[in-house]
Amino acid sequence: MDKILNLLEQNATYTVEQLAAMCDRDEDELRATIDKYEKDGVILGYQALVDWDKTDREYVSAFIEVKITPKHDFGYDKVARTISQYPEVQSVYLMSGVFDLAVLIEGKTLREVAYFVTHKLSTLEDVMSCSTHFVLRKYKDKGVEYRVPDADIRGEL
Amino acid sequence: MIDYSKVLSSTVSEMKPSGIRKFFDLLQGRDDVVGLTVGQPDFVTPWHIREAGIDSLKDGKTYYTSNAGLEELRVEIANYLERRFSLKYDGASEVIVTVGGSEAIDLAVRACVEPGDEVIIPTPCFVCYEPCVRLAGGTPVILETKAKNNFKVDPEELRALITPKTKMLVLAYPNNPTGAIMTKEELEEIAEVIRDTNIVVLSDEIYSELTYGRKHTSFASIEGMHERTIVASGFSKSYAMTGWRMGYIAAPKILAKQMLKLHQYVIMCAPTTSQFAALEAVKNGDSDIEMMKEEYDRRRKYLLKRFAKMGIECFEPEGAFYAFPNIGKFGLSSEEFCERLLNEYKCAIVPGNAFGETGEGFARISYAYSIKHIDQALDRIEEFVKTI
Ligand SMILES: Cc1ncc(COP(=O)(O)O)c(C=O)c1O
Repeated sequence: MDKILNLLEQNATYTVEQLAAMCDRDEDELRATIDKYEKDGVILGYQALVDWDKTDREYVSAFIEVKITPKHDFGYDKVARTISQYPEVQSVYLMSGVFDLAVLIEGKTLREVAYFVTHKLSTLEDVMSCSTHFVLRKYKDKGVEYRVPDADIRGEL
Repeated sequence: MIDYSKVLSSTVSEMKPSGIRKFFDLLQGRDDVVGLTVGQPDFVTPWHIREAGIDSLKDGKTYYTSNAGLEELRVEIANYLERRFSLKYDGASEVIVTVGGSEAIDLAVRACVEPGDEVIIPTPCFVCYEPCVRLAGGTPVILETKAKNNFKVDPEELRALITPKTKMLVLAYPNNPTGAIMTKEELEEIAEVIRDTNIVVLSDEIYSELTYGRKHTSFASIEGMHERTIVASGFSKSYAMTGWRMGYIAAPKILAKQMLKLHQYVIMCAPTTSQFAALEAVKNGDSDIEMMKEEYDRRRKYLLKRFAKMGIECFEPEGAFYAFPNIGKFGLSSEEFCERLLNEYKCAIVPGNAFGETGEGFARISYAYSIKHIDQALDRIEEFVKTI
């Protein structure tokens, strides 16, 4: 596995120049490799982790456990892809266990999220039931703790 | 009124404050300054190690341990030294758990050095050896390592400094501030010089886990040197545990026994919570070392690449987390260079002469910082050197 992927996952702001120097690779070769990762859908995007609670944005999020109606000859892909189309949906996972899909959704208000669940998600043909859990506070996401980073107060002899 | 000059020991009063501190202090409370001055990891101690410390507190392990440290910890340190560096020590009688590598160094020096004794200290080096020797009444004898030798100890130069009074040789590789290492073959040449003497070697191997490319060779593992080597090491750098104050000494029984007496009277025992954390580190921390080392190595490579682009000459550091670029060509003394860089470009690095006269013409750059931080600092250095 290519170490570059770990490094970019940790910090997408690394430039090709930095990555090439850090990993002893040729800049042009690395640029081509990353282009290919993007083309092949290995790298799908580069995003910042924003703690919306620290901004004035109105924001709520919820995890929804979705059960799918069992059907003969049925794959989950179709319904998962359909759910993924809604812009308010942040993530969709197929799960083992008592429910089938875990859906993370974001909205401005509780009411907006409730509306999405009652009017859009639960009315989908294949959706049997939804169980909604509102997020009260985010502590960690994508390996990063949601708190103000400590100041560098390391001492020295 | 009391006359303090009559109270204070002249040896202590005459001791100069560390030259690293001076620059470090200059940047305190200034958030406009980007510094590369700190000689300690920027990682937090791995969670399983912190948790072991916390659990020991929860379990009420708040007593003194035996003076030499928890026996289980000493045994595990001995296992670790064998596993990583092929060293053979008896944990029960040849390992002492100390308050950082710092105490280990002090114990070794004070257990051996008497007034009149000479201690050979290769420089540039970490700042504590010389004061420790002076406190013990010994005379520091400086061996100036050279950039052209990649800051390694030259056996012939060593031979030239040995006198009947030479008691101890300090070897500190991987080296702070240069990042130099010494290979097995090079250490063997040093061993040849002292083999038939009564010189004891204080081998400060605190950076032994942080080598890039080659594995560290302990001086104690060189044929015939075990009997005359005191290995001082610790947990600060390899496991990012500076604040726990955990180090150790590994030495032949007869030496360890005397150092233990000192440790007993002065320290009693190393902090118990830290000992439990350290136990977890030596037993289950090999992969943490690997993870941090890989990250340091990436920064090291990045730093060297940028120096090369800037036209600043820097020999390739193979250990620790420092680079020691040559700034001589800019025509300023190390102190001037660093002071102007700080005042005019708000970037702090440590002048090489803080580590001994031989460091003049160089500066120490720590890469125990994020790439982003290193980049910002290097941008400022680059701007600065364009103007001189
Ligand atoms: C070469 C060297 N030896 C020993 C020490 C002491 O470290 P500690 O007392 O944290 O183990 C340091 C710390 O910077 C060092 O650089």
